Amino acid sequence: MNEQTQLAGISRRRFLGWTALLSVAVSLPARVWAWARPEAAFAATGIDAALTGLGGTPTVHDAIQFTTPDIAENGAVVPIRIEVDSAALPNVSKVSVLVEMNPNPMAAVFDIAPDTEVYIETRVKVAQTCNLYAVVEADGALYMQSRETKVTLGGCGG
Amino acid sequence: MSRIKIRAQQADGVTEVKALMRHPMETGMRKDQAGESIPAHFITEVAVFHGERTVMQGYWGAAVSANPFLGVRFKGGEAGDTVKVTWVDNQGGTGEGETTIR
Repeated sequence: MNEQTQLAGISRRRFLGWTALLSVAVSLPARVWAWARPEAAFAATGIDAALTGLGGTPTVHDAIQFTTPDIAENGAVVPIRIEVDSAALPNVSKVSVLVEMNPNPMAAVFDIAPDTEVYIETRVKVAQTCNLYAVVEADGALYMQSRETKVTLGGCGG
Repeated sequence: MSRIKIRAQQADGVTEVKALMRHPMETGMRKDQAGESIPAHFITEVAVFHGERTVMQGYWGAAVSANPFLGVRFKGGEAGDTVKVTWVDNQGGTGEGETTIR
């Protein structure tokens, strides 16, 4: 997507936010490679639209190890881990985390430098019991693994 | 500039970085006790550097938990090398933390 098409389709507020972001990105050290936040995926309000924003429908791949708790007592803090066996699935460049039933399913995306480990650990909010998706991009194709996490206390309270 | 707690440990050629950031990660969907919307305030970009090299850069939505934890691994770090983590939020706030690999 080039800048023009992206600018044409967004609100003034988001445009302002985006330019503010750009100026910050410019002031960061030059060694940061180009920022390319997948705005369409983050703005999506359904899992299908979020996946479309990432580039399409991923196929399930066993090389992705996606670890989430079976039951999360507190949906506001759900630890997740994504690991990819690079021998079985090489050239992974992106790792994304999606939470199916959140107001915006897209939670985070990580650009991974070439020739390093594909290993991400973080904590996300999960509004209610649902599937969590780990989506990776390798050589331009999307792969995923999903896991259900049961939530006893929703993640929207903070 | 908010300080990030960070630790980096190397074993068998792989460096594990663990970072803990202080941030409210407000979604913009919550209301305060007076019923007023609490504005969205969350980290949008985070990056991990090994010396001059960017090993990971991430984009976050408001669904990342408050006071975010980030763990990443990369190849090629040596004991004594510098590892740095930075973030930028949607209100222009920034955070940074630096350590040396053990």
